[in-house]
Amino acid sequence: MENAHIYRQLEEIFREVFDDDTIALTPQTTAADIEDWDSMAHIGLIVAIEQRMKIKFKTSELESLHNVGQLAGIIEYKLEAQPSRAATA
Amino acid sequence: MPTDLSWLPERADWAETLAHAQQLAPEAAFEAFQALSNSRMDFVRAGKLDKTIQRYQARAGSPASWPVIRLALLGSSTLGHLLPGIRIGALRRGLLVESYEGPYGLYRQELTDPRSGLQGFRPDVICLALDAQHLAGSEHASAESALASIRECWREARDTLHAVVIQQTVLPIHPALMGNNEERLQESPASVVQQINQGLRRHAEPDGVYLLSVDTWAAIDGLSTWYDPALWNRSKQEIHPHASNTYGDQLGRLLGALRGRSSKCLVLDLDNTLWGGVIGDDGLEGIILGQGSAVGEAHIALQRYARQLSQRGVILAVCSKNDEANALSPFEQHAEMILKRKDIACFVANWQDKASNLREIAQRLNIGLDSLVFVDDNPMERGLVRRELPMVSVPELPEDPSGYVDCLARAGYFEALHITDEDRERAELYRANAERESLRSSTTDMGSFLDALKMELTWSSFDMVGLKRIVQLINKTNQFNLTTRRYTEPEVAAMMDDEDVVTLQLRLTDIYGDNGVIALLIGRRNRDRALEIDTWLMSCRVLGRNVEEATLNILAAQAEALGCNALVGVFKPTKKNQMVQQHYERLGFDLIEASEDGSSRWVLPLRGFTPLAIRMQVTEGVQWRTPTSIDS
Repeated sequence: MENAHIYRQLEEIFREVFDDDTIALTPQTTAADIEDWDSMAHIGLIVAIEQRMKIKFKTSELESLHNVGQLAGIIEYKLEAQPSRAATA
Repeated sequence: MPTDLSWLPERADWAETLAHAQQLAPEAAFEAFQALSNSRMDFVRAGKLDKTIQRYQARAGSPASWPVIRLALLGSSTLGHLLPGIRIGALRRGLLVESYEGPYGLYRQELTDPRSGLQGFRPDVICLALDAQHLAGSEHASAESALASIRECWREARDTLHAVVIQQTVLPIHPALMGNNEERLQESPASVVQQINQGLRRHAEPDGVYLLSVDTWAAIDGLSTWYDPALWNRSKQEIHPHASNTYGDQLGRLLGALRGRSSKCLVLDLDNTLWGGVIGDDGLEGIILGQGSAVGEAHIALQRYARQLSQRGVILAVCSKNDEANALSPFEQHAEMILKRKDIACFVANWQDKASNLREIAQRLNIGLDSLVFVDDNPMERGLVRRELPMVSVPELPEDPSGYVDCLARAGYFEALHITDEDRERAELYRANAERESLRSSTTDMGSFLDALKMELTWSSFDMVGLKRIVQLINKTNQFNLTTRRYTEPEVAAMMDDEDVVTLQLRLTDIYGDNGVIALLIGRRNRDRALEIDTWLMSCRVLGRNVEEATLNILAAQAEALGCNALVGVFKPTKKNQMVQQHYERLGFDLIEASEDGSSRWVLPLRGFTPLAIRMQVTEGVQWRTPTSIDS
């Protein structure tokens, strides 16, 4: 995967948010695969990703998310659009 | 930008400590959890700590000696994401919170329906967290109707559920329609929010309610830290997760203040804290203090803030590595000093380590180490004190002294719910006490020392005028407290009306001044016609002055007047009240029963009781001083 570093960072955030060090993410991972990933936890997860990766999602981007692959794709796109931030993230 | 509890230090060993804590027994585990809660964290980390603790509790339970507060959080928007921050905020003050989150938007029904989950939960504290959309967002919203409805909720919470009410102020999320003079458009949502907040501030004290001022905090941090319209649209979260730690800490402060956990004493370092430079090296002329230097003004600002705190009841102390004469010289001779020697209740300047000196200060002032806040510019000294005395609060000061006051103010160590006359006079009380101590050391025998004090003890039953102070003492006295039972204002008021209950408040004056209310007792007549002493607490300031004996004489007379034939005393051990373990034995009670948990019951038959010898005048009080607060 070209965006492996994004998956690594996401995995770290997921593990902390869901307090589960066994979480391993693939592009196909969905909310159904992670026990505590309900709609409430999802909000916290998104804010945590925004904070840790120093990005901001648009409301519309979040409405069409179905799996981790799409999430990583949006993040990759955002980080590339902000090269100065991508270096520090 | 998250609010990140900037006064707390970063902790490098967070993960290891958390992993290790889970292997420990409850007492030690929760001490470690509490230590972790006192480090800087974002909301993700707070959530992880909270989850870990909940898992631990499910498996191994909670420490029996830790107080539990049953807290209900009621509102009309999403609030669940605030609970971890609240529990961690309470943990920071050594309190466990059992929480209840009402069903979404049904807070009024919950309060009034006798079969609701809230009623079954029996909350000690209800926090009403009502959002701005709900209160001011509709076309016909008005401040009058919103306030009327909120105050109806307060009445229900207080009268039906006997809970303490904490009301969140309204977050000013609405955009202005007029602009700078928005209040001229009374019906605009932004105006309505303003008016509601003004109304809450007006009504809270007379209605016996405490405010959680999120509008003030949003003004300090910036509204965008507290509120994001995108999150409101997505999930109806009015309070942003970024602000959840601050929110939780604010609520934790209020719970701490309710349970007497607020700090009492500000201990100040001198060199580069109260003034710039080193007095021992730079001398009186060389230290940087006062007008003409930006750094000098920053130190003056800290002095001014400390003095203002002391004027409202915070005790000041000095802890400095210095020769005492050098350390004192600015207080006595430097024209720019705001703080004078008389403002400092306990002045310790020597070359011992600061942890030992802080122990000395706590002992001399007769307060717990956990009541101290230690302010020092030197990271090494801060680190040493945190390691040696984890119960002492040590703010992580910024490097620039201009930020000292803000750091201390944000940390909110001295959160207070009421100001009583005694708070305003506390500095005076502690100084007078220091003078008494010097008389004691100059008088050789105890009896003549006590006679020289010309003490007068005045007693009366509890009254409405003194109620706030009585509740404050009941909830914060830890050391001389036989049972450490905590009561809320409504509970104490109910006892005042109960004819089986004897209540006593005692005030002591002497040649050095008025010590204020120094002891409280609550006795209850039981079926065996004995008066059971539910509560006996006393200020440690008046230890060793026969006040216990004089109090027993008064109580015995009161019990006889109620037709009782004996006094029954109860001792319940806590971490802090070992000093009264032998209290009833010393007063001539006989042991009836000693339990495994260390508690004991004692009896003193009243037939044949002869009043104990005392060295003070005892009078029954008729009129207590009028209070300064407006609500009684």
